[in-house]
Amino acid sequence: MSLLCAEDPNLLDTFDANGLTFLWHPALSIETGAEVRRLLERCLSGEQRLDILCVEGSIPRGPRGTGRYHMLAGTGRPMLDWVRELAAVAHHVVAVGTCATYGGVTTAGENPSDSVGLQYDGSHAGGVLPEAFRSGSGLPVINVAGCPTHPGWVVETLLMLENGVLDQDQIDPLARPRFYADHLVHHACPKNEYYEYKASAERLSDLGCMMENLGCVGTQAVGDCNIRPWNGEGSCTRAGYPCINCTAPEFEEPHHAFTETPKFAGIPVGLPTDMPKAWFMALASLSKAATPKRIGTNATSDRIRIPPQPKAKKP
Amino acid sequence: MNGTRLLVGPFNRVEGDLEIRLDVEDGQVSAAYVNSPLYRGFERMLLDKDPRDALTLTPRICGICSISQSVAAAAALGDAAGLPAAPQGALVTQLLHAVENVSDHITHFNLFFMPDFTRPVYAPHAWRDEAVERFAALKGSAQHAAIDARAKLMHITGLLAGKWPHTLAIQPGGATKAPTQRDRTRILLSLRAFRKYLETHLFGAPVESVADLGNADALMAWERGDLGFFLRIATDLGLDGLGRGCGRYLSFGAYPGADGPLFARGVWVDGAAEPLDTSAIAEDLSHAWMLGPTAHPTAGETLPDEEMRESAYSWCKAPRLGGEIAETGALARQVVDGHPLALELAQSGGVLARVAGRLLEVARTQIAMERWASALRPEEPFMHHVDLPKSASGAGLVEAARGALGHWLRIEDGRIGAYQIIAPTTWNFSPRDASDQAGPVEQALVGAEVRPGEDSPVAVQHIVRSFDPCMVCTVH
Repeated sequence: MSLLCAEDPNLLDTFDANGLTFLWHPALSIETGAEVRRLLERCLSGEQRLDILCVEGSIPRGPRGTGRYHMLAGTGRPMLDWVRELAAVAHHVVAVGTCATYGGVTTAGENPSDSVGLQYDGSHAGGVLPEAFRSGSGLPVINVAGCPTHPGWVVETLLMLENGVLDQDQIDPLARPRFYADHLVHHACPKNEYYEYKASAERLSDLGCMMENLGCVGTQAVGDCNIRPWNGEGSCTRAGYPCINCTAPEFEEPHHAFTETPKFAGIPVGLPTDMPKAWFMALASLSKAATPKRIGTNATSDRIRIPPQPKAKKP
Repeated sequence: MNGTRLLVGPFNRVEGDLEIRLDVEDGQVSAAYVNSPLYRGFERMLLDKDPRDALTLTPRICGICSISQSVAAAAALGDAAGLPAAPQGALVTQLLHAVENVSDHITHFNLFFMPDFTRPVYAPHAWRDEAVERFAALKGSAQHAAIDARAKLMHITGLLAGKWPHTLAIQPGGATKAPTQRDRTRILLSLRAFRKYLETHLFGAPVESVADLGNADALMAWERGDLGFFLRIATDLGLDGLGRGCGRYLSFGAYPGADGPLFARGVWVDGAAEPLDTSAIAEDLSHAWMLGPTAHPTAGETLPDEEMRESAYSWCKAPRLGGEIAETGALARQVVDGHPLALELAQSGGVLARVAGRLLEVARTQIAMERWASALRPEEPFMHHVDLPKSASGAGLVEAARGALGHWLRIEDGRIGAYQIIAPTTWNFSPRDASDQAGPVEQALVGAEVRPGEDSPVAVQHIVRSFDPCMVCTVH
């Protein structure tokens, strides 16, 4: 449903302007019941061309491998079977959201429904479809991961596929489109100045950087969330709560509370992935020592207590 | 005439997966069986987790009622901690919640419900061409206006909650973002823009004039906007008598404030208001693929029946209030709140009443949202810091767009020992219970017309969609 928040232009105009039509969408199309069943049969028989198959939601395999925890209504058959058959006739297959890509939140805890992603089981390749699966276009399942997905990620993926410019080089090793996966949530995060000085928030709603105490993994999580904002001008970190890496496989099980940074001997575990730990620690202690009063004070406040001061004029 | 059986599914333009089995005799539905065909087990995922994780996991039950789930989880944790939220944080929370609920109403009316009147079966009716122009699925002019207005209204969630859906901004102690005066100004601007949409398109008149509609005659005389167009169709098709409900309405009370909720808590039974006794809530599992005895949600469990026994037909449990079914949703909220128009609509209680009740609520909520945004005081605190107890229990009872949503949790040794959720559609789309009492939608469908040759009867579609089901929340 986040897709309905697409703007400039809206979802309907985006599709119109690019000659895209929904063959069927579960929330938006007129067709229901028998009309849909006939459409699905026409797709399987090849009578109806299926350019892009988009799947939302993880696919349950339970109970006991039958897939009957999710029967496609009206068909008497598990979604598991439908997805496999439709994927086999689709030119492109797109998994929308972290459930459909990697399993996501539906697989949290004991994974009660034994769910799995389309082509991944968590971070392991191979899900409902095997690792070697390629759709008609020769591409693997394109993983528009995110929980939720930014409407722009979905729209742009579909348009780039339609224009033939989203090729193997344009997806990352987890099959996410690189146009957003080449960025980190940290990029353009408004808390960057606090990060520079390791001026940390101590509690939710504090303005400081949330990496040290509040579980924020924006320095490791892929996404252009702070470069292009959400719903006008939002993002998780802009709203005062941590990035929980929702574009990644297995984000649903961080093995600690989502809003708490696990520490070893007082030092946060899970530092930026591509930085030597010793350097990070050295820089962190230096920058902490150099923190201006303004930044240190504001970091543990829910609002700016000390604004930046204009330079004093020379006498 | 011999009876026939129809299986309607995939039943779309509802949120999530729905299948309905119909027994048909003499051109009418004689019995309906509602199946929620997806089980995910959120209540089980939460077991043994840090209680705060409920704020991350439960919103993800649903991509359309996400804030409602956040608000219920935060309320349940706050109840367990025994601490109220910072008043200004509570104000932010209810503003966010109202934005989602109003957005959902607009989405339902324009994208889910109205397109059915564009079907070829209505070609003989004078309004059909106009219906196609305004509400053809994915094309109608009213749909364009609505999704633009909705996306802009959602900018309030961007500012206060970071994004929609799945925010972590809503906490037991308040809200994580302390808005500035500039944010407040921007929020008021978004609300004025949304009012303009309502007054130009949906109502064609001042929002207040809809909120003040005092009786059904005044409503049916309304000719302006999309509301007037719907009423023209409703009059022509007799939608007031279609899909009548059980007449028992349930509301947990919406938007708690210092002076009580904006829309009252209670039940409406046989034409009279009664207080809500939450201890009378119990979930019956006799016709659900779930194992265990009938239980209050504080004692309930979620044990799926892997055998999917023949005597059951849905993953949805059957919540009952004092052993009886209850209808919940926007109409129920307005009836329980005692709005004069809603009270009169409740006498028919069918498709017209549900849809009109929803639009009445849009008007009343718009006025409240403007008042709340004006009341934001950026200089005050927006969040108290709440330490959760190591062992406690709590309940979070809120009103989602689709009705009464409850979270009940128990904290044991600092972990979640039990977590049960009853969603609005669990009430409305429940299967039969041990006394063979059908659920609200199952009852409302009896008597619906099945035209010759129809395999997905259009009357059934109107009735089902008038409830605005959210099936992903139903079983969760």
